[in-house]
Amino acid sequence: MANTIEVDGKQFTVDEEGYLADLNDWVPGVATVMAGQDNLELTSEHWDIINFLREYYAEYQIAPAVRVLTKAVGKQLGKDKGNSKYLYSLFPYGPAKQACRFAGLPKPTGCV
Amino acid sequence: MAKSAFRVPPLSQYTEVPAIMPGAMAQSAPFVSKAEFQEPLGFPGELVDDWQARAIAKMGELLGKYRSLRVYLDACVKCGACTDKCHYFLGTSDPRNMPVGRQDLLRKVYRRYFTWSGRLFPRLVGAEDLTREMLDDWYSYFHQCSQCRRCSVFCPLGIDTAEISMAAREILDSIGLGQKYCNEIIGKVYKVGNNLGLPGPALRHTLEGLEEDVYDDTGVRVRYPIDQEGAEILLVTPSADFFAEPHVDGLIGYGKVLHESGISWTLSSHASEAANFGMFIGSYDNMRQIALRIREAAIQLKVKRIVFGECGHAWRVAYSFLNTLAGPWDFLDPRYPVPQHICEFTYDLIQQGRLTFDKSLNDDKVLTYHDSCNVARASRMGDMPGGQFEIPRAIIRATCNHFHEMDEDTIRDRTFCCGGGGGLLTDDLIELRVKGAKPRMDALNNVMQEKGVTHMVAICAICKSQFTKVLPYYGMEMEQILSLHQLVSNAIVLTPGPDDEADEDDDDDQPDDDPDQE
Repeated sequence: MANTIEVDGKQFTVDEEGYLADLNDWVPGVATVMAGQDNLELTSEHWDIINFLREYYAEYQIAPAVRVLTKAVGKQLGKDKGNSKYLYSLFPYGPAKQACRFAGLPKPTGCV
Repeated sequence: MAKSAFRVPPLSQYTEVPAIMPGAMAQSAPFVSKAEFQEPLGFPGELVDDWQARAIAKMGELLGKYRSLRVYLDACVKCGACTDKCHYFLGTSDPRNMPVGRQDLLRKVYRRYFTWSGRLFPRLVGAEDLTREMLDDWYSYFHQCSQCRRCSVFCPLGIDTAEISMAAREILDSIGLGQKYCNEIIGKVYKVGNNLGLPGPALRHTLEGLEEDVYDDTGVRVRYPIDQEGAEILLVTPSADFFAEPHVDGLIGYGKVLHESGISWTLSSHASEAANFGMFIGSYDNMRQIALRIREAAIQLKVKRIVFGECGHAWRVAYSFLNTLAGPWDFLDPRYPVPQHICEFTYDLIQQGRLTFDKSLNDDKVLTYHDSCNVARASRMGDMPGGQFEIPRAIIRATCNHFHEMDEDTIRDRTFCCGGGGGLLTDDLIELRVKGAKPRMDALNNVMQEKGVTHMVAICAICKSQFTKVLPYYGMEMEQILSLHQLVSNAIVLTPGPDDEADEDDDDDQPDDDPDQE
C-alpha cells in the first residue's frame, strides 16, 4: 500500500506523510515534484537550503538544528537572511519539516 | 500564513460551550504504527487475529494491576461536571470529547465483560461488546485526549481521564494497534538516545555553535558541556531544546544560569532526552526503560545532582515517578532534591541574590504565562504548595517589568492544555490541535487586547512547538511563544571569566578548567 510519486517517468516510494522512503533514491527532481505538490516553485534560494540539508545529513545523520541552519545561511547569504523568518518565507510549512521532505531527509520527530 | 482544510474556530471573548455535534471528530485518527516501530517496544507488529480476546484479557490485567482504573470506571455518576471542561470538546463540539463521553467508550466494554450486571443485562446498564467499530472509536478518541487532567480537577469523584486514556492506549498497543508518532519516537530513544534521533556528533556540533553564539553576543565564554565525567550536575532536557526555536533560547538560558552558579555541569549523549513518551502510551515497561537511561548516565558521568530542563510531562515523570522507576538515587548528593527542576535551580539562585538581571532588556515585551498541564496538575516545585505556579512567575517577575495574567479560569491548576500534549503533537492530528487550542487562544487574545500582551511564556517543549504551529491559524505570530529561560537569558548579567579579558586570540577548543567550585 506504499504511496509513490513520479519523477521523470520513474516511481519513488514515499511514506504516508510524503517523505521519501529511501534517502539514497533522491534525485533533484524529487524536490521539484514535492514542491509542486505544495504549490511551490523552487528557486536558487530554495536549492541553497536543500543542498545544505543534504550535506549536513551526510555528515551527521540528522537534519541540522534550526539554529545551525540559520547560522550557516547567515554566513553564506548575509546576516539579514540568517533567521527563521527567512526560512519560513521559503518553506512556509517550516524549514525543518518541509525542506527536509524536499531534500529526501526523514521527518524530524519529537516535540518539534 | 497557515492554510487549512478545516474551519478554524473564531476567537471569542469567553470560550463558549458549543452545541454538541455528534461525530464531528470521528474521522480524526493518527497514523497507525508500522511493525518496525512496534516491535522494539515489545508490541505485536500489526493487529493480531484474536485481538478481541487479547484486548479483554489485557483490560483484565490492567484492572488487577491498577486499582485506580477500576475505581474510575465504576465511580462515574454522570453528574456532568466534566462535560464543558475539555479543550477538545470546547474546540470540536464532539460529545465524545466530553471527558465522560471519552471514558464511556472504555466503561461500556468494561461493564460488558467485568461486571455481573453487564454480563447478564448489558442493555440495561449501557454495556457493549468490544466490536471492531468500538475498537476504531477507541483508537480515534483516545488519541483526542492530551492527558492534561483538567477534567479531573472538576470531577467531584476525582476520576482521572488521563489514566483511562493511558490504559486504553496500552490495550491498543498490546494487540498491535499502536500510534506511529509516539512509538517511532520511543524507538529512537532506544536507538539513538533522544526523540529527535540526534546522534552524539550532531549534539556536540550544535552545542559548540551555541558556545560561539553566546560568546559573540556577550563576550563571555559560557560553556555547554556534554559527556563530561565528574561534573556536579547532569542536565537532562528535551531534545527539542537542541533543535527547535524557541526551545534553544531556553537552553542557552540554562547554560548562562549554570555559568553564573559556578557549579560544574554536563549534558549526556546517552540521556539526551528528558521526554518520556512511555507515559503517553501508558506503558510502564517502556517508561521505565527510558527513565533508566538517566540513571545509567548519572552513574557513568559520576554526577551528584540531576536537573531537568523545561519539559512538561518529563517533569511529571521525573517528579512523581523517577524514584520508583529508576531509583534508588542514594549515590547522589542528599542535600538536593532528586530530581530538581531548572526553574527551582534558577529561583534558588535568585533568592540567594546570586544572579543579576537587567530587566530593561525584556522591555520590548509584555508577557503572560501559560501553565503547562503536566507541571500544573501532576507535579510540584520547591518546598511550598503551589510552587509549580509561583516559581516560574517569580522568575518572570525577576527578569521582566511587564507581566499580566490570563483569565484565572485558564491558569494555574485550571490551565488549558496547549492542544498538543499527550502524544498528539503530530501533523496528522493538526485539525484536532488547532481546534483544541481555542480556549487558550481566547484567553491569550483577551490579554493581548486588554493589556497589550505581546508574548506568552511556557516551560514545556510540546507547548512551545504546538503554539509555534497553531498561533498563525488564529492570526497571531509564531514568534509570540517564548521559553521561560529565554527571558532569563536576555536579562542576565554575566560575569566574565579570567580568559574573557580583551585578548584577541581565540583559544577556542581548549577546554578551560572551570574556575569556580560550589
